[in-house]
Amino acid sequence: MKQNLMGNEASAIAAKLARVNVISAYPITPQTIIVERLSEFVANGELDAEFIKVESEHSALSACVGAAATGARTFTATSSQGLMLMSEILFVASGMRLPIVMANANRALSAPLSIWCDQQDSITVRDSGWVQLYCENNQEILDTTIQAFRVAESLSLPVMVCFDGFILSHTTEPVDVPKQREVDKFLPPYKPRYVLDPKKPVTMGPMGVPEYYEEFKCMQQEAMRAAKEKLVKVGNEFGRKFGRRYKLIESYYSDDADIILLTMGSLSSSAKELVDRYRARGEKVGLVKVRSFRPFPVRELIDALGHAKAVAVLEKDISLGSAGALFIDTAATFINVEKSPLMLNFICGLGGRDVEALQIKEAIRVAARAAESGEVRKAVRWLGLREKLVGLSV
Amino acid sequence: MKLTVGAVITESGNAAQNRTGSWRTFRPVVDAKKCTGCGLCSIYCPEPAISKGKPAKINYDYCKGCGICANECPFKAIIMIPEGKG
Repeated sequence: MKQNLMGNEASAIAAKLARVNVISAYPITPQTIIVERLSEFVANGELDAEFIKVESEHSALSACVGAAATGARTFTATSSQGLMLMSEILFVASGMRLPIVMANANRALSAPLSIWCDQQDSITVRDSGWVQLYCENNQEILDTTIQAFRVAESLSLPVMVCFDGFILSHTTEPVDVPKQREVDKFLPPYKPRYVLDPKKPVTMGPMGVPEYYEEFKCMQQEAMRAAKEKLVKVGNEFGRKFGRRYKLIESYYSDDADIILLTMGSLSSSAKELVDRYRARGEKVGLVKVRSFRPFPVRELIDALGHAKAVAVLEKDISLGSAGALFIDTAATFINVEKSPLMLNFICGLGGRDVEALQIKEAIRVAARAAESGEVRKAVRWLGLREKLVGLSV
Repeated sequence: MKLTVGAVITESGNAAQNRTGSWRTFRPVVDAKKCTGCGLCSIYCPEPAISKGKPAKINYDYCKGCGICANECPFKAIIMIPEGKG
């Protein structure tokens, strides 16, 4: 049944449909509504779960680690500074291979203080061993959250479902909400590998001495590799059951495109609008959207981008002193490939700045010029700056 | 040791596999003439690497040389000697 839902509501309803056993989360803008809805569901008996109230995000994720260790299906949600406060425990959760699912409403990091959207928060913790999936719209938030539990629990990997703060978290869209009965069939109860049980004691989270530590990291990397196949398999199965298929990346008019925009999250929708306009004029512009940033879809991107003359990577994050994270990984993808497209990086939409059509057009224009001349003068550029900052005292 | 997903240790008691005696820089030595066999040292030993007896018996495979036994012995029957000496 279609319902008008904000992104946050879609996330909360998905967690309810997944029949989570334990929720521990701390409210933070723009994620707050997820926490509010879930606590309402628990309070009014719609959801039979423990809602553990905590005093910080560090404690929220710690509570989730403990709950998941007992074999509970566990959910949390956060944003920005909250995710930073969780960062220590992110590595604990993934290292202990606990399949916690987290919603992250993407928000900029302080300073300057900003409550608005960019993807710097989740991008900053990209090395934490969590699967990171980025959603384009509210339907994807609901669908991805349900799928996240399947992937997480089958591979013992935690999964972060990322969606743009305010742009999706607070925007109402029609969302097809599947019936509980159908979700139950798709997502059976969690069967943990190991559980904390006083009757059969085990040790979880022991010290990894130098003779063993590296092997456990390698096992995590192998699980991440397996997650690529799993995400596709689960995405296909979801498609068969609910009519919406999911892959690691999505291609939009990119098969024959000379210029390809590479995006993640809600920016993909705006960019698709532009692709439509260029296509209407017969210009070979296309788009590839990265849904799974971790694991990174190396093979898929080589296949999807390899034929292009130039790829313009638009992203709402920057590894200061280097370039945008999506750009860095995409560039690295082609390092041992014989034919690589030219690549340009456009940093945009930081701290909630709207990415307007004019800016995307500018990126396409610069990429087209590079394609024509065969050279990239400046790999990393900024879109939509208020004024020229060159020469200002930095 | 078996490598499990998430480094979970499924059997209890496997700390015994780590012979921590190699950490020792001072070695406790029991003076059999002074030892009364009261067993206080074996109770205080955090490892526990001392068996009660007359004289008390120290398991040097696990004794880390912390010296608590020597400190607690009411009869001054345990002395600490630098490893490699005596």
